[in-house]
Amino acid sequence: MSLHTLSVLVENRPGVLTRVAGLFAARGFNIHSLAVGETEIPDYSRMTIVVDLQAKSLEQVVKQLNKLVNIIKVLEYTDRDAVERELALVKVRTKGDQRARVIEIADIFRCRVVGVTSSTVTVEATGTPDKVEALLELLHEFGIVELARTGRIALSRDEKGIRERTLKAASSE
Amino acid sequence: MAKVSGAESLVKSLEAQGTDVIFGVPGGAILPAYDPILDSSVRHVLCRHEQGAGHAASGYAWVTGKAAVCMATSGPGATNLVTAMADAKMDSVPMVCITGQVPTPVVGNDAFQEADITGISMPITKHNMLVTDVGQIPSAIKEAFYIAETGRPGPVLVDIPKDVLQTETEFVWPSQVDLPGYKPVTKGNPKQVREAVKLILEAKRPVLYVGGGVIKTAASPELFRLATEGKLPVVTTLMARGAFPDSNPLCLEMPGMHGNYTAVTALQKADLLVSLGARFDDRVTGKLTAFAPDAKIVHVDIDPAEIGKNRKADVPIVGDCKVVIGMLADELVKRQEELGGVPDRSAWLGQLEEWQTKFPYAYEQPDDGPIKPQYATQRLYEATRDQDTILVAGVGQHQMWASQYWKFEEPRHWVNSGGLGTMGYAVPAAMGAKVGRPDVRVVAIDGDGCFQMTAQELATMTTENIPVVIAIMNNAYLGMVRQWQELFYNERYSQVYLTHDVPDYVQLAEAYGCVGLRAEVPEEVDTVIDKALSVEDRTVVIDFRCDQREMVFPMVPAGASNDDIILGPGQEKPMDDPKAASLA
Repeated sequence: MSLHTLSVLVENRPGVLTRVAGLFAARGFNIHSLAVGETEIPDYSRMTIVVDLQAKSLEQVVKQLNKLVNIIKVLEYTDRDAVERELALVKVRTKGDQRARVIEIADIFRCRVVGVTSSTVTVEATGTPDKVEALLELLHEFGIVELARTGRIALSRDEKGIRERTLKAASSE
Repeated sequence: MAKVSGAESLVKSLEAQGTDVIFGVPGGAILPAYDPILDSSVRHVLCRHEQGAGHAASGYAWVTGKAAVCMATSGPGATNLVTAMADAKMDSVPMVCITGQVPTPVVGNDAFQEADITGISMPITKHNMLVTDVGQIPSAIKEAFYIAETGRPGPVLVDIPKDVLQTETEFVWPSQVDLPGYKPVTKGNPKQVREAVKLILEAKRPVLYVGGGVIKTAASPELFRLATEGKLPVVTTLMARGAFPDSNPLCLEMPGMHGNYTAVTALQKADLLVSLGARFDDRVTGKLTAFAPDAKIVHVDIDPAEIGKNRKADVPIVGDCKVVIGMLADELVKRQEELGGVPDRSAWLGQLEEWQTKFPYAYEQPDDGPIKPQYATQRLYEATRDQDTILVAGVGQHQMWASQYWKFEEPRHWVNSGGLGTMGYAVPAAMGAKVGRPDVRVVAIDGDGCFQMTAQELATMTTENIPVVIAIMNNAYLGMVRQWQELFYNERYSQVYLTHDVPDYVQLAEAYGCVGLRAEVPEEVDTVIDKALSVEDRTVVIDFRCDQREMVFPMVPAGASNDDIILGPGQEKPMDDPKAASLA
């Protein structure tokens, strides 16, 4: 796998998600994860797309995305220039005295226990994708009943936002 | 301000946009829009099938450069436009397609004649929109035209539910468009332009590889200046025939799968390709990894995604062809003046000339044999060349012969379906071309297979008084498929025979109110052409009974390298041309 994180500022309109998803399908690009939400401006949404590039070039993905009329700006983020986070909810099987061990692991990862039944514990994990992966690896031995992940979201470490950069680029043309 | 209906607002918007014609077919959901059309200055051409309306709009756009309008109802009306939209997307043809949609409250309910046309057309349009607020009709139309015509042109669909068309509104024509995510780059980067000219001056075997972008941006004068000032040979792809005059000695005409030996080999042996509004399509490159192996690439295109898509560019230049070619020509002239002239490339130009003399397009027309389609094409060209004539083609063998044997001197005089390869394109596209350029004679060369896919538009031509000449190269076969079966499937002919006689094309033409003519032997060809050209008030259909077995050459088999070009009858390739070798 060759994963790249794209932060895509789009117009907040019906059908934009379909356009992006359709473009990925039609051009043979693989989506590893995709998260969408509103931004500081109600007219714009931000999509954080993690693409898995096998044969296709990242450049083509970015250029094709830029051709969509409703897309304002596409940026690629690397670890260095962006903060990346993911949220996961993990329901873990806890037989006998395993509950204490699961809670201990959750503590080590600074996770919260958000649900409990007589035979399961639900853990809320937030962190970098690596941290979430590491947690899941440890929890596997207990048996994961259910798992929900948000997919990655990311924000640049830069003092300027994607919008300011876009506006600046537009005014300097 | 006076209240108008959404439908009136739509028609007023089209008027404000300067639309002079709509090609369309009415129906339930679009009905409200057809009422104000009665009182409008915009002409409506009532087509017999929505696909015909779509291709007619395309033909109109090809010859005028303006975004053309087609209109259809919801459901099947809209889905019948799908092929025409996909065709226009592939060939970057500016088009605005307006469809009626079922009323908003029942959208999504599987209502009568409902189809999710914005969903269906997403990958085959440049953009599309569903208008849910009547107040947005004018801005949607203005944006649709703006998107269709600027940047890399393409089709835009505007879908409007019936109740939106029936709602009262105030018509306000917006002064500008608001598209924060759409900003095509037009001016080329001057540093890259200088870099490109440096490569041109260093090149020993340069070729200008000219595509449809040159036609779309009306860059022929700039191209002429660049080519002639720099003494740079030019190939014009299927999409670019006429962008540079065929009569100019620097013109090598069409490259690609059925291009001539010189154009194909010039690209292969070049040490520099300057690609201008072309996209390294597989029909031009053949096997991509073996294409022009020694060439550096300057790639000029308004669509950044085309640059580096198929072939890595050494000097990428994003911009409008007209602007960038103008910049290239200015810089080249300036640098050549500093250097004291054009670099000596006489060996290369001499080699190209030699190939042109040795390997022209070739066929043999026996006096007593059946009509060769190339012969009929050539005679038709000779008979029309003294008058301003636009040529339209369908898709297949006849299209390749048309591009090979017709000679083009000007842009926007050639109309065809290049990228999508849409059979049935010629008849409606010729109709649209004639509506766009009523002052110019329009001739279509069509295949018998193609013709039958859209022949119903003959009725439209007769009733709307749109006279064109349609020459069917009737070889009784789906000829190109037959050719592949002969060459690559051991002559096992599967489902390709159509017959010469069904339908009787002369009677069919007459039934549609057109003039039907037929030539069965070579000596009848000129007589029939003369007769056809003497008719000016009606569409003429000529049934040329052609050789059933004729094949298109040269040919680069699909997936093969351009080096493996197969030549025409009686021609043999230089196996190891020592001169060619010494050039490389």
